[in-house]
Amino acid sequence: MIAAIIFSVLLIVGFGWFGLNILKIRSNILLGREVNRKDNPGERWKVMTLVALGQKKMFKRPIPAILHLGIYVAFVITQVELIEIIYDGITGSHRAFMASLGGFYTLVISVIEVLSVAALIATIAFLSRRNILKLARFQKPEMKGFPTFDANLILVMELILVCCIFTMNGADEALYLRGASHASHEAGSFGFAISSWVGPHVFGGMSTEILLVLERIGWWGHWFMVLAFLNYLPYSKHFHILLAFPNTYYSNLEKKGKFTNMEAVTNEVKLMLDPTADPFAAPAPDGAPQRFGAKDVNDLTWKNLMDSYTCTECGRCTASCPANITGKKLSPRKIMMDTRDRMVEYADGKRKNGKDYEDGKSLLFDYISEEEVWACTSCNACVEACPVNIDPLAIIVDLRRYLVMEESKMPTELTGMLTNIENNGAPWQFSPADRGNWIHED
Amino acid sequence: MSTIHVPTMAEMMAQGQTPDILFWVGCSGSFDDRAKKITKALVRILNECKVNFAVLGAEESCTGDPAKRAGNEFTFQMQAMMNIQVLDGYEVKKIVTACPHCFNTLKNEYPELGGKYEVIHHTQLIQELINSGKLSLKDGGVFKGKKITFHDPCYLGRANDVYEAPRVLIEKLDAELVEMKRCKTNGLCCGAGGAQMFKEAEKGNKEVNVERTEDALETQASIIATGCPFCNTMMTDGVKNFNKENEIQVLDVAELIANAAEL
Repeated sequence: MIAAIIFSVLLIVGFGWFGLNILKIRSNILLGREVNRKDNPGERWKVMTLVALGQKKMFKRPIPAILHLGIYVAFVITQVELIEIIYDGITGSHRAFMASLGGFYTLVISVIEVLSVAALIATIAFLSRRNILKLARFQKPEMKGFPTFDANLILVMELILVCCIFTMNGADEALYLRGASHASHEAGSFGFAISSWVGPHVFGGMSTEILLVLERIGWWGHWFMVLAFLNYLPYSKHFHILLAFPNTYYSNLEKKGKFTNMEAVTNEVKLMLDPTADPFAAPAPDGAPQRFGAKDVNDLTWKNLMDSYTCTECGRCTASCPANITGKKLSPRKIMMDTRDRMVEYADGKRKNGKDYEDGKSLLFDYISEEEVWACTSCNACVEACPVNIDPLAIIVDLRRYLVMEESKMPTELTGMLTNIENNGAPWQFSPADRGNWIHED
Repeated sequence: MSTIHVPTMAEMMAQGQTPDILFWVGCSGSFDDRAKKITKALVRILNECKVNFAVLGAEESCTGDPAKRAGNEFTFQMQAMMNIQVLDGYEVKKIVTACPHCFNTLKNEYPELGGKYEVIHHTQLIQELINSGKLSLKDGGVFKGKKITFHDPCYLGRANDVYEAPRVLIEKLDAELVEMKRCKTNGLCCGAGGAQMFKEAEKGNKEVNVERTEDALETQASIIATGCPFCNTMMTDGVKNFNKENEIQVLDVAELIANAAEL
């Protein structure tokens, strides 16, 4: 009875707190400007199915893709067991579905056990890649401190979770063999794929009293880890397991080379080019005039902000970035991490101190330097590399737009290039009248 | 080499003629001495196939691509609107260009400003010409048995998903197409895009074009083919950086085809 109450309180608090955090993240994302990503739902479902569910882009690197797939499938399927855990926890029953499901129950738990072993192997491999093999993309400057701790913590939590599953099932199997399991008063075997071996071999020599305690430790440990994992997610890069789906659904479906058109500029350019236009006839824009480009997170679109929450810091973008490869400061992953960190800081500041609060900081300058912004070749390698369709380039371009159009800040050579285009119709200082000269040259 | 025939839109209009396709030459193709050779190679192919084309000549202006990539949307849209007025004035329907930057901008970024045209890259046009039998390459041409590697221009490949047309053309040369370790969707930039062509690189430990040239050298190819005048410049500089300019040529796909067809 007490156990059922403790369980139910944990259930309500755990899921409730998670729900509150989700609402907070939603409101943070909605700080961004509007952008229409609701067109063409058929294509969007297709992209989401292939990229998020099917993990299509992960398979550019087969080894991590297979390891990741192991953990991913195990994670999804293991949630089925959660249904029974919650039912047992609230009602105080033990393996409530076993009797009614019969052979199907054995099959489901067996599948979960096999997948758990796959996840265990993958987790150990991932920990080794980060901490022993020290893969280059996990050692970049932006990974120092919390990001590295975060990644390892998640992997360790997965290890603990898998250990709990086998402690629970293994101990219960050993108990069942001697007719002491709460599942049945007769002696027998559950017949689960892995624990029918683990039970007798690992737990077989232990006393019934210890096994009963161990089985409970495994069961409660599993439940605690689920809740801990769930509530750690919103603070972690691991949030990608949820956001990968909406983020790929709302992918940019245009050609990657197409940069967004700035309509505010179009209106002004039309006025400038139209000799009959009366500039005073133009209706006053409603509200405060929007900034050109982006200086802070609220100048970005909600999709840019969703991108930043979806980033799991794998660094495939940075590993493929020509600027980063050749030692420049730019790292597309850092652009995404900075955007997320600044968004959280910006939103928390407003939440604490009222919506008019300004902390005097901004994404550009305080988090992302001009040097990083100007090192980009706009080659789209980062966009192509991202397994969950994040677009760091869109943010970089908006930061450039702010620098150039609001502050006229850019490398001096670019000032010259832009002047040449305006005066000569070419980025170099040639006379426009000479443009056709090549026709008659030898 | 035969003399080239390049009518301008203005000349054609004066004679009451309408070309089937406009050849958008671009700033590099018009002013850069190396890129002018690519322009002429394409013209020779167009002449050989009797393509009814024209250029804008002095009426052409920068598409605004480098301004847009540098973040100056005003300059970009001013250029775009003026170009659209010219193009619409001549009732242009179809455009071919040898520059992936012009290609991308005209194809993807002009429509929202009112400029709607069918835009193709010159490698796509040449492929059409060969497929329709208008252009034939001599057997056992100059490139027979040579190793050629293709450097994917970012604004042709990743930006617009055109990977096959240039490769199909290289294979028609009877040459051996060898891929770099980073190619197609994984291709490494030459370092010129995003207005980098017009500025010094930020502080780092290497130039991007040197990194990319190393990829090309690894393939042991004797020719680096490109489909972009800016990539051409960057790769040519990269080859010079390794003092290999006597062993390795950097050529546009249009030049390879024009040479193979003995134009």
